[in-house]
Amino acid sequence: MSIDKDKIKHISKLARISIDSKKSDSLAKDLTSIFKFIEKLNELNTDKIEPLSSILNTPLRSREDKIDDGKIRDKILENSPKKNEEFFVVPKVIE
Amino acid sequence: MSEIIKKNLSEIIDLLKKKEIKSEELTNLYIDKVNKSKKLNSYITTCFEHTIQKSKEFDKKPNLNSLLPGVPLAVKDLFCTNGFKTTAGSKMLENFIPQYESTVTENLWKEGAILLGKLNCDEYAMGSSNETSYFGNVINPIAKNTVPGGSSGGSASALAAGLTPATIGTDTGGSIRQPASFTGTVGLKPTYGLCSRWGIVAFASSLDQAGPMTKSVKDCSIMLEAMAGFDKKDSTSIEKKKENYSKNLKTDIKGLKIGIPKEYRVENMPKEIDELWNKGKSILKDLGADIIDISLPHTKYALPTYYIVAPAEASSNLARYDGVKYGYRSSKGNDLIEMYENTRSEGFGDEVKRRILIGTYVLSSGYYDAYYLKAQKVRQLIKKDFDENFGKVDAILTPSTPSSAFKIGEKTNDPISMYLNDIFTVPINLAGLPAISVPAGLDKKGYPLGLQLIGKTLDEQNILNVAYAFEKNCNFKNEIKNWWL
Repeated sequence: MSIDKDKIKHISKLARISIDSKKSDSLAKDLTSIFKFIEKLNELNTDKIEPLSSILNTPLRSREDKIDDGKIRDKILENSPKKNEEFFVVPKVIE
Repeated sequence: MSEIIKKNLSEIIDLLKKKEIKSEELTNLYIDKVNKSKKLNSYITTCFEHTIQKSKEFDKKPNLNSLLPGVPLAVKDLFCTNGFKTTAGSKMLENFIPQYESTVTENLWKEGAILLGKLNCDEYAMGSSNETSYFGNVINPIAKNTVPGGSSGGSASALAAGLTPATIGTDTGGSIRQPASFTGTVGLKPTYGLCSRWGIVAFASSLDQAGPMTKSVKDCSIMLEAMAGFDKKDSTSIEKKKENYSKNLKTDIKGLKIGIPKEYRVENMPKEIDELWNKGKSILKDLGADIIDISLPHTKYALPTYYIVAPAEASSNLARYDGVKYGYRSSKGNDLIEMYENTRSEGFGDEVKRRILIGTYVLSSGYYDAYYLKAQKVRQLIKKDFDENFGKVDAILTPSTPSSAFKIGEKTNDPISMYLNDIFTVPINLAGLPAISVPAGLDKKGYPLGLQLIGKTLDEQNILNVAYAFEKNCNFKNEIKNWWL
């Protein structure tokens, strides 16, 4: 798989990362070599193999549906880059 | 410089227990050396006022029955520490002050340890040389201009330089074991699920594990005992009784079967590493172990599998950094989407962006089956290789890394050559197994090299024992000359 500038544009849009057009050439080159490397897996026939979905031998635990924290609004807002007293503030989304 | 901080953790604990040194005195010795060692750049944050205050409190009412009585400890800056900056080596979290404590660090404080500072690491633990950190390179104390390995590079450097008596790191593909090998120290990646992931900045959730980094195997057993344990806040935490690794440490390994996987003799491996591996085999044989040749046929597919699975999980985990709830926010952009895009572009470094893009691509519509699902199938085969062999052997011995520490800048332009550093460590994370890197010798440049012992699921005690017996018979001496002081 060769990754070109258009593909970089598409993936960076999906990942919500703006990529400078100057950087996208070197990124395309790096990603192309990385994909060449990971495509070594195509040598292997895995038609009859179950994909591994968990490394643990036991299923995930479930817990009782009970609240055991809360009242931490101020703590949660503590690290917000922009806030008023009770809310996170984001750029305007509705005209 | 005091002789005391050259000692191993277990010896320091003995001095504290015999009241030959107070916690505050010990703390001041470390603070002094950390202040004089800024050249190494191993610390991102120090919190000396806190450390001194806590050590004074400890000395007033010492609980000498705890595992780490009044021991100052610095930890990798990936563990959230309540009230102290936790950066993950990223501009994105440059000013992030957690309002909660990670379970693993909380466990250490409960055992009497005291936070000394936060140690440098590759950005979001993505790297093998500590060169991706937003806070700059870390220097390996073994030689100028040399990397300490990564991603727990600050941890390894600080430990080897005597800037903390022991430390903890995280290991997603070798991030504890490779820097341990590069600095002549001991590093253990536990079984997936033994140590809680709660409160650790996430990289790849099905691979991440926290573990100890220490100067000796005994120290490693003490630290593991302190940090491990079931945690209901981590859904993949294993429910089991706590083990007394340090008390049960023994050197008798007679009759143990040690597997030697032929696939780990890779192309272009330096002769010295092969010799070291042979030395390891003969030491264990002399101690009464049976050396058995085994095959792990899918080894060569481990790195390509890892470079699908880890970036895929990282791209999901790092989606949370959007500049809204915490972390960096760009001031540029006319609407919400542009704000996200600029925040993530300015806040993440190149390697992190590269991996997010790989991960996004392999999970994207139309490519999921070809990459991600394929990788999960190969991961199954890699796990099966180990499962089948652990019927025949009790532990597996391999080199830890394909080379010793390299120079700063030597591999930064070629991501693949950087990734190849983890060729011997990555398969173990994919299989969820425990493994320890133990120093075994020096190469011709005088740089340390490690050997890796891989164990069965939850068989940490066994690999600690083999490593302990090996350490006692290998006569490794780390020659660090304090040249930076």
